[in-house]
This record gives sequence, structure tokens and C-alpha cells, in this order.
Amino acid sequence: MKNARVTEEILKNIKDYENRKIYTSPFALQPEGTMEERENLKDKVRRDKTVSSLKEVIKKVGLKDGMTISFHHHFRDGDKVLPLVMGVIAEMGFKNIRVAASSFTGAHECMVEHIKNGVVDRIESSGLRGELAKGISDGILPTKAVIRSHGGRARAIVEGDLKIDVAFIGASSSDCMGNSNGVVGKSVCGSLGYAMVDAEYADKVIIITDTLVDYPNYPVSIPQTKVDYVVTVDEIGDSNGIMSGATRFTSNPKELLIAKKVLEAMLASGYFVDGFSMQTGTGGASLAVTRFIKEELIKRGIKCSYALGGITKAFAELLEEGLVGKIFDVQDFDLGGVESLTKNSLHQEISADFYANPFNKSAGVNRLDFVILSALEIDRDFNVNVISGSNGIIRAASGGHSDTAAMAKMSVVVAPLIRGRLATIMDKVTTVVTPGETVDVVVTELGVTVNPLRPDLKEKFEKAGIELIEMDELIEKAKFLVGEPKPIEFTDEVVAVVEYRDGSIIDVIRKVKK
Amino acid sequence: MKLRRSMLFVPANNPGIIRDSYLYKPDSVMFDLEDSIAITEKDSARCLLFNMIKKLKPLYKEAGVETVVRINSLDTEFGIQDLEAMVRAEIEVIRIPKTDTPEDVYEVEKHIERIEREAGIEIGKTKIIVAIESPLGALNALSIAKCSPRLIGMAIGGEDYVTNLKTTRSTDGVEMMMGRAMIVMAARSAGIAAVDSVYSDVNNDEGFIKEAQMIKQMGFDGKSLIHPRQIELVHKVYTPDEKNIKKSLRIIKATEEAMAEGKGVFTVDGKMIDKPIIERAQHVLELAKAAGIKMGGDE
Repeated sequence: MKNARVTEEILKNIKDYENRKIYTSPFALQPEGTMEERENLKDKVRRDKTVSSLKEVIKKVGLKDGMTISFHHHFRDGDKVLPLVMGVIAEMGFKNIRVAASSFTGAHECMVEHIKNGVVDRIESSGLRGELAKGISDGILPTKAVIRSHGGRARAIVEGDLKIDVAFIGASSSDCMGNSNGVVGKSVCGSLGYAMVDAEYADKVIIITDTLVDYPNYPVSIPQTKVDYVVTVDEIGDSNGIMSGATRFTSNPKELLIAKKVLEAMLASGYFVDGFSMQTGTGGASLAVTRFIKEELIKRGIKCSYALGGITKAFAELLEEGLVGKIFDVQDFDLGGVESLTKNSLHQEISADFYANPFNKSAGVNRLDFVILSALEIDRDFNVNVISGSNGIIRAASGGHSDTAAMAKMSVVVAPLIRGRLATIMDKVTTVVTPGETVDVVVTELGVTVNPLRPDLKEKFEKAGIELIEMDELIEKAKFLVGEPKPIEFTDEVVAVVEYRDGSIIDVIRKVKK
Repeated sequence: MKLRRSMLFVPANNPGIIRDSYLYKPDSVMFDLEDSIAITEKDSARCLLFNMIKKLKPLYKEAGVETVVRINSLDTEFGIQDLEAMVRAEIEVIRIPKTDTPEDVYEVEKHIERIEREAGIEIGKTKIIVAIESPLGALNALSIAKCSPRLIGMAIGGEDYVTNLKTTRSTDGVEMMMGRAMIVMAARSAGIAAVDSVYSDVNNDEGFIKEAQMIKQMGFDGKSLIHPRQIELVHKVYTPDEKNIKKSLRIIKATEEAMAEGKGVFTVDGKMIDKPIIERAQHVLELAKAAGIKMGGDE
């Protein structure tokens, strides 16, 4: 319509409206670069964001050499999105792309070729595994890889340290407008917690699904308000891949022994009271703790108020039985967790920002009482390595380790004293991911070791008659059993930078001397 | 007195399990060179166990876990070699399988003594446990139990025993009754430990506990075990209840008082206390202590 009601003259006399535009037609004002010209006026409003192929969508978002793209790792070893998208990007001839995935898993070995061919020149992630990890350790990347915790990655994205140009988000179902989730469809992965942050802050957001459903899709994990395009592919992932061996219930007597000692420490800590909260990581011993806790909750007639983090069937069952009040779920470790998220309204999906960003107004980890974490190596100062192997080569992930250890009232790190012929407890860890001052208790098969910074806990444990063992003695016992390995020789070349959750650099990883 | 509530079987070809077994705190660990080791693995298992025992002895000792080895029968080509290695490794106890007569023990004893002498080990240091695995062994139980000062215990090997009896194992264990009875009677007569057979259904806790309760009531000191998780279960069965512990504490206190006063006969809770009652009270307190029960006072 021709607007006769408002004139430039009128606006000139209204404070702050001097330079605003006057209404001319319904779709005259559009954000830049989002609209194509159409015949019909209303066709300008997009009622469908589906694009027929990955190639086309990559063109539409205007991907350029040197840009940053992101992926999530909720499908873990079953992910098919990253290899698919990276294949197309390589085929289209892009170079020097920065890939910021929430983590790289065993499904991402294709990255080695993309790095070698110059398609990818920068990597930022929580974890690196398999051939990709070996390659980066070997210096194939022209730049330094950046390792961040889950909370640290969310912080980096929110704070602008990590600017994502295009986020490629695999979702098990989406409608044509991009309302998507990880719980409906043929390839479910559960929570899309890590991807939520990417969707919120990336310039362009592409949903990739193998199950396009009628509008509107529900539940909405990633809302249409954040999505630019939706692409359908044959298969985004294998649901069974989310379950790695690390999340199965153990019958290993040593892991059960460690779990029992963890439980004893938790009971004696003074924090095991009605309404406490907890998180357990993966690994046989920490998962066994969940099962032992159930018996204690029933015996004492108390409840856990909330469980946080990566969720397993064991926690879903506790929720079902009313022994856990609520679940905050950033990631699912098995299909039992996914099922619970689908059907139980007390099981809430949360973003990585909500989970653990240290710089937001308060993250889920801030009210944790207990966290039970695994470790590759622990040293005399309680520093923990969860990223590099005893051979100095990158092999695992930072995850939520340092985020939860920093915030839980009692952080417990569990590990066997030795693995095979190598000590887990040692003088100096290969790489520090979680600083020792945030680790309260270490539990091995030999007993409970309390950080000297926590004399209060030590006193409580002693009072409860818990078998305590000093760090020095642990190291001595480990040396007695397996001796001292020859130190790994590193070159001066740094291949990866390890950021602490606040963005400060806690360690660097060097190339191993051949 | 050394308790033998739990004797954990550990195949001697798995270094990880040999290294870790003491962590589960059984009263004894019985490393097996016999039935769980394939003929082709006998040498390597023996060699591995020899080296590991030498290395790990202090850890086992510190944890108070007795080391036992089940050797191959001296009828086989492996028996003597097992003895040569294990006595030299200074394992605490040699378990002789398939013992039918006192002569079986004499034979082993003769070799042990020779090896101890050759290796400069104190003569008599290496102890023996016999396993009765046949009706003949059961019938000879008393003469076997009394045949050697090295003998500290007698066990029943259920599978072989039942096979030799030409029957099978049942849930109520009626086929084991005679053998068990002979062995516990013989062991008690000789003042040595009586150790029951394994319960092989690892996942049946209920059945295991039932059997453990029965053999405890029969008079056995404990059971042979095939999985670490059974340790806690059997120890629980052998843990005296609070009432029993309190009563035993009162008996021991009254005994000490009576001795101080030079009294021969005295009563507790209106009942006369004599030697067997005192011995029983002492045993209850040993079991309670082993179970980690704190006994500060008598109430």
C-alpha cells in the first residue's frame, strides 16, 4: 500500500525514529541474502526450506574457502553426516576449511584424506580418535588442533572465540521448516545438546535428515527459527553406533571392586543426602556405581534430585522408578537413554551451553554434588589426562571431564592402577586436561586416595573406616608391579593446543620423536 | 588362627588375574596348574606362576591372603616339575589333587622336603592341603588327615568325587552328603581345616548362599570358589550376627574375670560356661574380626 499515514516528516520529530524506514509492502524488508525473487508476493515468504542435495545447499549458504563449519558427534561411531558432507565439500573443490566438530569419533577417518588434500587445514574438537588422531599427532595438520571441553566449546562459540559459518546438523527427523530432533525417525541418537549451541550461533544452519516428517515436527530440539535449509539424505547414522563398549554394564571384578569403593566414599562424604545430584562418565566402573547407588537410595529412602550429562539406560531406569527426580541430558550413551528422552517428560534435553559453559549465568554442572570420571592417566598432583595415550599419541576426548571436575562438590576419578603393562598412576601425566586442584578423590582397586586439598573429605573417610591410600604409595606400588617406562621423547613441534574450559591454555601436545 | 572361609581358584595362565586376586581379599588364593590348564600350556603356566609368585609374594602377605597352588598329580609328567617350581617359589601351601591314600601324601611330602633342602628353605615350611575326589579317598579320610604334620587342610573336589561315585550333582547335593560328612569328621579329628567344593553356577547367588549355609552348619571352614564375587557372599554367611558377637564378648570377658579370680566354674546369662563354649566364643570373635566388625565393648 502507499503509506500516507507516516511520512519522513513525522519520523524526523520522533526521537530514535529519525532514520527508520516507512512501511511500503509486506515483504519489502528482508535480512540480506535470504530471499530469492519470486513472482507472487506471498511466495517471498519461504514455506519450505528443503533443498534437494548437499551440493546445492552448500552453494546456497555460500560456503567459501577458509570458512568454519561444524558438526556434532551424537551418533558417535555411527555418524554418517560428517563423511557425507565432507565428501561433497571436497568434491566441490573447497580448500582450507576449519572443521569444528563437538568431537571426532572412529567414524571420521575420512578427515585424514581431507587434511592431506588441503580441503581441511584447521581442526577444533573435544576429542580425536583413531587414524585422525594419529595423523594429527604425526603433524599432518598445517595448523595446531584445538582441544576443548564440552563446556569450553560452548563458551568459545558463545563468546565468539569460535565463529561458525555453517553448521551441518544431523537430525533423525525434521520437517520442511527445520524443526528437528534426535528422537524421532529411523536413525535416532537422542539428545542434540551439542548441536543446539551451533544452531544458535552459526551464521548458516543446515539440518540433514533421513526422515522428513509432516510439519510441524515435535519435539523441537532445533527450532525452525534457527534453520536456513533442510536436506534429506539416505542415512544420517547408525543408532547402534552411539553405544560404544564403554557403556555396557561390567562383570569385570576389578571394575566392580573400584565401583564399590567409590560408593563407600560417596556414602561417607556427607553429600549423599536426600536431593543430591550426580553425573557419571562412561567406563565400566563409573557405570557400575550407578547400579550400586540404586540399592543405597532404596535402603535409605532418599532420592537423587537430578542426573546430568551423558545419559545411559541405568539412569533412565532410576528416573522411571522415581529414584532420580529429573535428568538433564546433553548426550545419550545408549538406546535406553534415547527411549527415556522420548517418553519421559522428566527427562530434559539440554544444550552444551546449559550443561557446562563456565561463562554463562549458571550451568548445569554448577549444582553437581558428585561426578564419577574415568582417566587414561593420573599423576602425583592429581592432574588427569583423558586425551593422549601412554605413547604420547592423541587417542581420546576431553569431554565434560574438566567442566564437571571443576564444579562438583566431590569429583571422583576412577582408574585401575595399571593397564596391561603400564601404570595409570604416575609422576607426571603425558597431557593435562583436568587440573589436579579440581580432582578431589581418586579411586583405584587399591583404595581411595584423597587430594590433600580436601582434608575435610579425608577426615570423613577416616571416620567411616574407608581404606585410604596415599598418592605416593600408589605410584610406588605401580612402579613395583610394572616398573618405570622409558620417557616418551617428543619433538619441539606442537600439534595440538589443549584449552581449559575458560579458554586459557592448560597444555600443548607435541609430536612424538620417531 | 588362619581362617579359610574362601579359597579362590585362579587359573595359573592369566597374569592379570594372578596379579589382582589378592585385591578381592579371599582368605586363600589357589592358583591352579591342574585341570584349568591345557596340557599344551602346562610349562608356560608353571613358569609364569613361578615368576609371579616370587614377585607378588609381599603383596599377598601384606593383604593377609594365603597362597596355595594345585599341582598336577605325581602320576603325570608334570607333578614333580610343579613341585620343583612351586616349593622354590616359596608358595605357602601345595594342594594335592585326587588324594586316595596316605601314600599319595608321603610321596609329595618326600619331594617337598628334598626340594626345600636343595633350595635352602626351612624344612617343613611348605604346607599341604589334600583334595579328596573319590569314594576311596573319602573312606581313607581319617588316615589321610592324620598322616603328615605339613597337612593343614582337607578339601572335597565335588566334580570328580561325584563322577567316581557314578552319579551326578543335584541342587540339594544329596550325593555329596557322605563325602562331605567323612571329610569334615576326619579334618576335625585331625585338627585341620575342612574346605568344601566349588559351586559352579556363578550367577546363582541364592543357590550359592544356600549351599554355603549348609556346609557351614555341617562344620566346614569354608568353600572353594570360582569367581571373586562369591567371596563376599561366603564371608557374609560366615559373619556371626550381632547377638552372637555380644554374647561371645560377654563369655570371653567373664572367662578372663574367672581366670583372674581363680574360679573354675562360672556362668553367663545364667548358663554354665565350659571349655567348648569358650572355644566357640573365641571362634565367633575371630570371624567377626575378619568380617571387619568393630567390637569396642560388649554392648
